[in-house]
Amino acid sequence: MFYPQKHLLQIEGLQPPEIGDLLDLAESYVLLNRSGKTQRDLLRGRTLINLFFEDSTRTRTSFELAGKRLGADVINMSVSTSSVNKGETLLDTAATLNAMHCDLLVVRHGQSGAPRLLAEEVDAAVINAGDGTHEHPTQALLDALTIKRRKGRIEGLTVAICGDIAHSRVARSNIHLLTTLGAQVRVVGPPSLVPPEVAMWGTTVFHDMASALDGADIVMMLRLQRERMSRGPVPSEREYFRFWGLDFEKLAAAKPDALVMHPGPMNRGVEIDSAVADDPRRSVIREQVEMGVAVRMAVLDTLSRGHGRNVP
Amino acid sequence: MSPDILFTGVRIVSDGIDLHGDLLVRDGLIADFGPSLGRPDGAVVVHEDDAILCPGLVDMRVALGEPGFEYRETIASAAMAASAGGVTTLAALPDSQPAIDDPALAHLLITRGRETGAVTILPYGAVTRGCKGEELAEIGLLREAGAVAFTDGARAIASTGMMRLALTYARGFGARIVQHPEDPSLALGGSATEGELAARLGLPAIPAAAEAIMVARDIALAALTGGAVHFAHVSTGAALALIRRAKDEGLAVTCDTAPPYFDLNENTIGDYRTYAKLSPPLRREEDRLAVVAGLADGTIDAIASDHQPRDADDKRLPFAQASAGGVGLATLLAVTLVRVHNEELSLGAAIALLTSRPAALLGIDSGHVEKGAVADLCLFHPDRVWRVRAKTLPGKARNTPFDGRALEGTVLGTWKAGRRVYDAALALRTGSA
Repeated sequence: MFYPQKHLLQIEGLQPPEIGDLLDLAESYVLLNRSGKTQRDLLRGRTLINLFFEDSTRTRTSFELAGKRLGADVINMSVSTSSVNKGETLLDTAATLNAMHCDLLVVRHGQSGAPRLLAEEVDAAVINAGDGTHEHPTQALLDALTIKRRKGRIEGLTVAICGDIAHSRVARSNIHLLTTLGAQVRVVGPPSLVPPEVAMWGTTVFHDMASALDGADIVMMLRLQRERMSRGPVPSEREYFRFWGLDFEKLAAAKPDALVMHPGPMNRGVEIDSAVADDPRRSVIREQVEMGVAVRMAVLDTLSRGHGRNVP
Repeated sequence: MSPDILFTGVRIVSDGIDLHGDLLVRDGLIADFGPSLGRPDGAVVVHEDDAILCPGLVDMRVALGEPGFEYRETIASAAMAASAGGVTTLAALPDSQPAIDDPALAHLLITRGRETGAVTILPYGAVTRGCKGEELAEIGLLREAGAVAFTDGARAIASTGMMRLALTYARGFGARIVQHPEDPSLALGGSATEGELAARLGLPAIPAAAEAIMVARDIALAALTGGAVHFAHVSTGAALALIRRAKDEGLAVTCDTAPPYFDLNENTIGDYRTYAKLSPPLRREEDRLAVVAGLADGTIDAIASDHQPRDADDKRLPFAQASAGGVGLATLLAVTLVRVHNEELSLGAAIALLTSRPAALLGIDSGHVEKGAVADLCLFHPDRVWRVRAKTLPGKARNTPFDGRALEGTVLGTWKAGRRVYDAALALRTGSA
């Protein structure tokens, strides 16, 4: 086991063996889950708290299921109903969690860097379940596992990441992970949603789908984060769909066996056409959800072993 | 009657003066200075090997916690930090709570400063009522009450029409308008300078152009109105190029910068270090170098600390939610001296940027050594090394962006009107600095 850190806060900075280990372990959990067996004693007596400052059914449920399959006591704290709304600060929350002797803390927060701030204060191992527009590491790991299982490799594949790159934590984590493992990463979207600096992370920037998808092995769509758009970088949904929404016409530029991915939840008819999203020959969106549970089991397993508790 | 003070064997550096010798203080005034003075009976002798004696620093940009934010800093604690930094005069920003938009409040600050016995507080008046950018404040009455210049503090005067009015009206009172040069619509919600780092950290960003755009607009307004505009804490090469050209054209345009902008760059925010979150944000390395060049070629008229006290509750938050600002009084001199040690700035020029030049901008008769002048003095050792430790900074607010930085240049003592208000040896013994 190479994974050297106490927490999982970001993909950036992880080395190929660390990522590879997590993926290998996750792969074994896929097989275990499919066989119907469980590992209910692995995290017995451990407490996992899902601390969600933003609404998320999918990711929270996935972590909850992963924790329960490993035998952990799982507690969901949804903060829209808790004391943060009464003026309690993030660090007050950290003190409370320490008093509860939580072992594994899964955090989603609307502010970039919030899990790191918590990690500085809590005793638990912290897993970033999405922070602001920074990173969403377990999403990138589950995407990588999905690709690896379907394509047999990641190195050398051409992956097009499409849409709202600027506001996407999924895009950042995926760019770091895929470039680290040797994929050719392209990003595409309107210039108002693609920071030019993305090119400095080893990607190629496009603004039209036809060029970006040309010969691609993987087409990874992003949710158009409308709720983040305080200044309206696109004029309308229909204009966005016309130029950057994925339909079969645009998908035709990719390789015939190219796979379509989406982290969910989808805005059907905005960034992806339902016909593409629901096509079992092309879309692996449901498989991504299955891989999500396995990846999170692998992460919980790895961090609970407390390998080399040196702070990142 | 306090005894005379004789500084012996010091290097005296002030506007146009650089000599080794003695300086005599009598009745709170500089009585004499020169290569060798006799020692009057009963005089207190001050001597430190290789020390430099300069005018007490004039810091033209300081936010006091008072009134309104006493949990961050009080005037007493700011005075303690100022004395430890060799600062004997400071100009206080008006965006307090309430804002300094009333003559009585300007009076109050002057009085409170006098009561400290350690530092002269010169109030800025608000340009607009409540620093809200909507209605002009009573610039004439504030001027009469002692306001040295006018600004809305850390808030940019956003409306072009309001800025034009302010420059035009203030001209009648010979008053300078000090702008926080940042286009608010580009800066809205931003917390770091735009670039690769901010994109990677997923932080809302402010482009460097937000500064240049405001500077360009206000230079045009200075030309239109004949008013005098001063840009605070200039942090980008693009803005400095515009200011340089405006000065060449003879416009009444001046500017200052603050130590973080010539000593640090955006990388200091690293893994979301909120103590390095400032306004304007720390910039990219090429902008830092442009600020150094602006100091060296004289485009920048003064160095001010832009002291902004904050407490842990303001700072221990996710980066974008944390309050911007850093304290700077205690580190002002030492961080400036880095440029001297690096031979980018002469010692005389550095001292002038901290003393006589800001004094001239504020229109006060201070910041230089001459016979008969008030004995506001700073004695420092230019090479003695110390390390900035946030936990032991003097004063109440400790939100320094320089935590852990080793600096060459130590303030040994500070004198306000001939009275010693800071003694490094004493501070060391009592552990307060």
